[in-house]
Amino acid sequence: MSTDADSGRSSLVRQFRHGLRREQIHDALADVRNGWKHYELWGTLGLHDVRQRYRRSKLGPFWITISMGIMVLALGLLYGQIFGQDLHDYLPFLAAGFVIWGLISAIILDGSEAFIAAEGMIKQLNAPLSIYVYRKLWSALIAFAHNIWVFVGVALWFGVSWDWSLLWVFPALALLLLNGLWIGLFFGLLSARFRDVPLIIASMVQVLFFITPVIWKPEMLPGRALLLHLNPFYHLVEVIRAPLLGQPPALTNWLAVLLLAAVGWAVTLLFYSAYRWRIAYWV
Amino acid sequence: MASIELTDVSVSFPVYSASTRSLKNRLMQSATGGQIRADAGGNRISVVEALQDINLSLRDGERVGLVGHNGAGKTTLLRVLGGIYEPNCGRVALQGSTVPLFDISLGMDQESTGYENIMLRGLFLGLTRKQIRAQMDEIAEFTELGDFLNLPIRTYSAGMQMRLAFAISTSVAPDILLLDEGIGTSDAAFLQKAGERLQRFTEQVSIIVLSSHDDELLSSMCEKSVLMEHGRIIAAGPTEDILSEYRAQYGLSRVTSGRSIITP
Repeated sequence: MSTDADSGRSSLVRQFRHGLRREQIHDALADVRNGWKHYELWGTLGLHDVRQRYRRSKLGPFWITISMGIMVLALGLLYGQIFGQDLHDYLPFLAAGFVIWGLISAIILDGSEAFIAAEGMIKQLNAPLSIYVYRKLWSALIAFAHNIWVFVGVALWFGVSWDWSLLWVFPALALLLLNGLWIGLFFGLLSARFRDVPLIIASMVQVLFFITPVIWKPEMLPGRALLLHLNPFYHLVEVIRAPLLGQPPALTNWLAVLLLAAVGWAVTLLFYSAYRWRIAYWV
Repeated sequence: MASIELTDVSVSFPVYSASTRSLKNRLMQSATGGQIRADAGGNRISVVEALQDINLSLRDGERVGLVGHNGAGKTTLLRVLGGIYEPNCGRVALQGSTVPLFDISLGMDQESTGYENIMLRGLFLGLTRKQIRAQMDEIAEFTELGDFLNLPIRTYSAGMQMRLAFAISTSVAPDILLLDEGIGTSDAAFLQKAGERLQRFTEQVSIIVLSSHDDELLSSMCEKSVLMEHGRIIAAGPTEDILSEYRAQYGLSRVTSGRSIITP
C-alpha cells in the first residue's frame, strides 16, 4: 500500500492532457449498445423493482395508481381553490403534469442511484454497466404506466377533447427516455464517485418541482417568460403534457428538449468514456 | 476454442475515505489550491496496488488454481479475468464465454417462486429466456423440490435454496469458468448427486480458474497452480509443488515472525 498524493488526481489530469483514446469512446458506446441487448435481464429486474413496492399487499399494483390518484385529487382541489382556477381546466392539467413529473423525478432519482444500488451485481456480474440504468428507466416507465390511468380518468371525467395530436405523446416519451438514459449514466457515474451527489440531486428535484409549472400554469407567471424558458424541465414536461391535453406540440419545447439531449449526450459520452471502467472500483 | 491472455496487468485501487468521497471537500480542495493539502495529510487518496505485472496465459483444457494469503490478489485477479475490473495498465485478451461464479445465489429473489428464480438466475448467467425454458424441466427435476417450486423461495430451508441455486448455476457450461472457493452444497444426502453433476459440468468447461484455501479441492481439480503474494505471481507450476511451497513459506514466516499460529 502506498500513499501517493498525486495518484488521485493524476488520472483526471492525464485524461484531460491526452484526451480520450478512440477505443475508450468505442468501448463506452459498445457498453450502451450491448446493455440494450440484455433487455431480458434488465426488463426482469426492472419489473421486480416495481413489484417489490407492493409485494404481499392485497391490492397489488393498484396501490401505485391509488396513491397517485389521492395525491392529484387532494392537491387539485386545494390549489384549484388557492389559484382560483376552474376545475374543468385545472384538474386535467395538474393530473397530467403530476404524472409526468413522477416519471421525470423517478428517472433522475433512481437513475443517479443506478450504480450504487447495484453494487453487489456490478462486482460479480460481467455485464455491460448500462443495464443498471436501463433497469431503472424501465421500472420508472412501468410505474408511469400505472399512474397514467389517473390522468385518463380525470380527462374522461372532465371531457378533455383529444385529437390526432395525442399521438405526439409517444415520440415525446421516447425523447424523454433518451434524455433519461444520459441522465442516469452521467449522474449515476458521478454519484458512484461522490456520495454527496445523490443527496444534492434529491434536494434539487424537490426545488425543481416547485419552480417548474406542474401545480401552477405558465400563464400565472406574467413577465417572467425567460425564467420559465431557461428551465429545461418545463420543456420536458410540456412536450408530453401538451398532447395529453389536446394541444398541438410547440416547436420551442421540442427544440429545447432535443438540445438538452444533444448536449447531455455529448457531456455524458465524454465522462462515460473516460470513467466507465472505474465504476466497478468505486461502488 | 477458449483462451486467456494477460500481459503486464496491473490493478490499483483508490481507497476513498468519507472526506475524499465528498464533493464539497473536493471542490474546496481545488479552490484553495495546495495550501490546505500541504497540512491536511488526510485528504490524500491512498492507493492499494492489488495486482502488479501479472502475466498469465491459459489454453483449452487447463484448470488452474490460485493459491495465496488473504489479500494476495486472488479475487481481484478473478474479477479482472471476468471483465469486471478493467486493469489500469496491461492487456487482457479473453476468448470464449466467461461466467464468474462467485456467489451461486446472486440475483435470487426471496419473494419469487422457485420457477421464477430459475428464470432470474438463468438470466444472470447470461442465458436467454428461451434457453432457460428448454432447461427448466431438467433443472426442476434435479432439485427434487417438486411442488415447492411454485412457492416463494423465502419458504425454503437454507439447504433447499442452495439446491436450487446449485442446479441452475451448473445447468449450462460456459467456455471459461471463474470460481471463488469452489461451488459447495451442505446437504449430505444431496452431496453424491451434486458431485456427479458438478463433475459433468466442469468437464464441459474449457478453462477453469479456481481460487481456494482448500488444498484437497485444489489438488483434485487443478493440475497447475499459481502462487500469489502482494498482488504478484511469485511461482507457477504443478499444484503439489505450489502447495508445498506455499506451506513452506507459511511455516517460515511463522518462525520468523515469532507469533504462534496453529496450523490445521
